[in-house]
Order: sequence, then C-alpha cells, then structure tokens
Amino acid sequence: MSFMTWIDERFPATKVWNEHLAQYYAPKNFNFWYFFGSLAMLVLVNQIVTGIWLAMAYKPDATLAFASVEYIMRDVEWGWLIRYLHSTGASAFFVVVYLHMFRGLMYGSYRKPRELLWIIGMIIYVAMMATAFMGYLLPWGQMSYWGAQVIINLFQAIPVIGDDLSVWIRGDFVISDATLNRFFALHFLLPFILAALVFVHIVALHKVGSNNPDGIEIKKGPKGNRWSDTAPADGIPFHPYYSVKDIAGVIGFLIIFLAIVFFAPEFGGYFLEAPNFEPANPLKTPEHIAPVWYFTPFYAILRAVPSFAGTQVWGVIAMFASIIVLFFLPWLDKSPVKSIRYKGPIFKAMIAMFVLVFIVLGYLGMMPPSPVATLVAQICTILYFVFFLAMPIYSKMDTTKPVPERVTK
Amino acid sequence: MSSQGVDLKKRRMLITATAGLSAVGAGFALVPFLSYWQPSARAKALGAPETVDISKLQPGAMMTAKWRGKVCWVVRRTEETLKTLQENTAHLADPDSEVPQQPEYCKNYHRSIKPEFLVAVGICTHLGCSPTYRPEIGPADLGEDWKGGFFCACHGSRFDLSARVYKGVPAPTNLVIPKHKYLSDTLVVIGEDEGGAA
Repeated sequence: MSFMTWIDERFPATKVWNEHLAQYYAPKNFNFWYFFGSLAMLVLVNQIVTGIWLAMAYKPDATLAFASVEYIMRDVEWGWLIRYLHSTGASAFFVVVYLHMFRGLMYGSYRKPRELLWIIGMIIYVAMMATAFMGYLLPWGQMSYWGAQVIINLFQAIPVIGDDLSVWIRGDFVISDATLNRFFALHFLLPFILAALVFVHIVALHKVGSNNPDGIEIKKGPKGNRWSDTAPADGIPFHPYYSVKDIAGVIGFLIIFLAIVFFAPEFGGYFLEAPNFEPANPLKTPEHIAPVWYFTPFYAILRAVPSFAGTQVWGVIAMFASIIVLFFLPWLDKSPVKSIRYKGPIFKAMIAMFVLVFIVLGYLGMMPPSPVATLVAQICTILYFVFFLAMPIYSKMDTTKPVPERVTK
Repeated sequence: MSSQGVDLKKRRMLITATAGLSAVGAGFALVPFLSYWQPSARAKALGAPETVDISKLQPGAMMTAKWRGKVCWVVRRTEETLKTLQENTAHLADPDSEVPQQPEYCKNYHRSIKPEFLVAVGICTHLGCSPTYRPEIGPADLGEDWKGGFFCACHGSRFDLSARVYKGVPAPTNLVIPKHKYLSDTLVVIGEDEGGAA
C-alpha cells in the first residue's frame, strides 16, 4: 500500500487536489486580467506574515506606539523591510483587488450563476477596508489619529444612537489608548477572517466554474478534451496550466512591488502620508487631512453631499450607498450578454465614464475642498450612481453582438 | 428507529424551547463582550471637569484647554467683535442657537455666560476635525466678507466668533458649548455648571 493511499483512506488529499487543481477545468482563454485573483491571495499572505512579524516589535500603547514603529524602522534587524512590505502591501492589495473587481465588471463575472460569488467577493472587499482602516491607526501618527477621528465620526452622524455608538467604538470620548489597543486586536483578527472568506470565495468559484473574457459558459458547450471525455472542450486543467501562468504573473507583480518597496516606499506621500511622520496630537488637526488613496473616491462622495435638515447624515448615507450598490450589480445588469466583447456602445461608453468618474473622485478626495472641486465631485457622485442605477435601462436597450458558441482567443 | 408513539407536537415544542432558550442565553453571554467596549472607569474618571485660568488671556486672543481629551477653546472677544456678532447674522444657519448645542444659559448671540468670553468645544460638528482660529478681518484665503471666526480646513466649514455655523457648509450645526461655570473672575470650570457635571 502506497503512502498516498494510506493518507487518502484517512483524509481526501488526492480527491481535493484533483477537484480543485489537477482536474479543475478552467476556460482556456484567460488573459492577463486573470492574474489578479491569485495576486490578491499572494498579497494577503504577505500581509499576514509581515503583520505577525511587525506585531513582535510593535507596542499597541498610545505612549509607545509611534516610537515602536520608528524602533522597527531604525533598530530592528531588517525591520524597515518588513514594515515597508506591509505598508506597500496594503496599497498593493487594493490595486490588485480593484483590478480584479474591474475584470469582473468587464466580463460580467457577477452574472448568473455567479451572483453569490460576487457577493462573497464584496464582503471580502468590505472586510479588507475595515482591516486597512484599523491598521492605519496603529502607527499613531497625525494622519492615523485624525483619519480615524473622521471615520468614527461618520457613525456619530447616525440619528439618535450616533453619539453612544461612536463612544462605544472608541471606548472613550475621543480616540485614545483604548481605541488603539482594540484596533490592534481587531487588525490582528480580521486577516484570518479574510483568509476564511477567501476560502469560501474559492469554494463558490469552483462550484459554478470560472467565467472568461467571452462570458461563455464552457460547461454548457461541447464535452471532451485531451484529459477527459466528460470535461468541457474549452477547459484546461488549472494545474499545471494556470498555476504556471499565475507564477509568471507573480514574477511580474513582484518586480513592480519590490521596486516600490525598495525605491519609493512612501510613493510620493500616497502610500505613507507626510503628516503621519509626526506623532498623534489630539489638540491639533493637520492643515489638510485625506485618507489613503484607496478610500478617496468614497471620501469625495462623502464630502460632495451638503448637510441639510440639521444633519450631515446624507453624505454618510451616500458614501455607504456607493459601496452597497455594488452588491446589487448582478441584478442591475439586464444585458443579454455577459462580456464587454459582445456588449454595445452604450455599455462601453458607460463603463469608460465610470472609470473616469472613479479616478476623478479619487483625485478630488485627496485635494483640499474648494467650491469648484466640490461641484465637480457632486457631478461625479451623480454619474457614479447613474452608472449603477440606470444600468437596468441602458443595459437592456443597448445593441449586442452575437456570442460565439466556443471561446475565442 | 421506530417513530411509533412519538409525540411530534411535543418534540417540536421541545426543539423550539431548547433553541429559543439557547438564543436567550447567547444574548446574555454577549453582554459582557459588548460592554467591554464601553469607556472604562478610568476613561470616565479622566472625563472629569477641568478648571482653566483665564487671567492671562488678552482681548482678541484664544487659549486651548483639554476636557475629556477634546480641545476646548476660550476666546476673549473685543467690543467690536461682539458688535459684529450681534448685527452680522444673515450668513449664519442658526444665528439664534435654536439647535440645542449649548446649555440653556448660553442660548444668546454671544453663546456664553459672559459676552466677553467664549468657551466652546473645538471640534467641528461635521466630522470632528479641529477648526483653526482665524480672528483676522478679510484675509485673502477666506474672502473679504470674513469677520473673524473658525475655519475647518478639513472640509471647509466656517463658524463665526460665537462658534455659529455658516449656511451652505458641510457642518450642520453650531459648535458645542460645554457646560461651564465661573469659580471667580479668572477661573472657569469646563464640564460642570450650577446644575452638576456633564
């Protein structure tokens, strides 16, 4: 009896390997957009490993935190590298996840039967934002402090319960040692929840099968390929074909990622903001506070909505709505085809506008407020919601091209 | 297993009762975990009233104090400023302080006990930045109409020298005036008044 047989009688190792890798048939026409899912997993692993190492020297205490980060940077052996891998990794995580989500948007990967897959992905995205937000408080710099102040005050805007809720989140009347300590605990916990959610995301993916740039269901097409008579004709085994392809993606990614880690870890103030090199001072707000770049589109939406009826809750509602609307994407798109390749000019124009609006909002969210900037942000906010809320109409009236039976190159 | 003689109704009732009671138990078990996040006794103790000496404050100047970890301003206003505050109100969202952002005894145009001294929590009612004290008249960046006040650089909210909010800015309400009282001409207690602590 071989060793593997002994194992397989006790744990389904070969079965799992085959079902999810060696005999998992993915469409053969994946392009470079399909790198970003595996890259997101790579970055998550990087964040967990470097994060645990940072925690070995970091002190979650309001009087020690800032100095302990500087201690890691200056005195701990290779501490600068571990910390820059972690801080650059945070931004890289959002880069690859935004590209991963955009891939889904282009090729209709959220459409039936992948609605739940998309929703699990959205939950991962929201959990990621919470993790990043809590992590940003930990260095206890000026931007950490005041950024957290602004975000926690969002909850204060909720009528009736807002005040008590924000005190409960902070554990104090202001952001303090209590807040820092609990954010550290939660920032340590959430990545493991993220990893569990990624697992669920992949289980859901392997149930419905991967979409592809043509938006064709290969499971509905002809059967029989080089490896199996029952597998989809347009499918190839994930391992070794895509595992090797993903390694090529990893190499390309690491070249860019490590170049930033080594030569521009602050990335001109976009990855590590200048005011954060000054310890938190509860009595002095920096001249201009802006969240890190990956939150700025939503921050711009928050600022664009003026307060009326004696409350600023409207901006908060708009900001949360701009994220919640993404959950409903599977039901907003009524186009008869999935992929942008076979969609008509209206959808292509709308998606181009959406990309532009998202970038402009991201830019405005970093800038100090001015009347012109606010007006542009208001227009972009409206267009942002038009893209989603008008989708049931324009996706239906748009002309489409005939979808081929088999996947194309 | 034979299902003969099984009282299905009774079984369902027992299942419901067990599940229901477990849910109640789980609810109670949640209380310590959620309460743990409330401010601790120490945090509450540090929120005690704060006494400030204002004897060295010059007319037109501002000093800051810390109460419950929040910035508190004490501003000594000049006669001209008070005149402006009384007359120049067209641009304000709530000139008469109708929204209860202050104790009853501060519901007046100067929003304070003594017209000369303003005591306010220096935290923007929008999203909690601390506005800057800009007492100068008509500076280039704030425009010719600026008669002195507080400007929040985070999101552009404007307040006059009574901490009253301008119309059409992100902040929805006037700044908070904490409970306060005078122990003497030069000592003011923030966080406590004749009616007790905040």
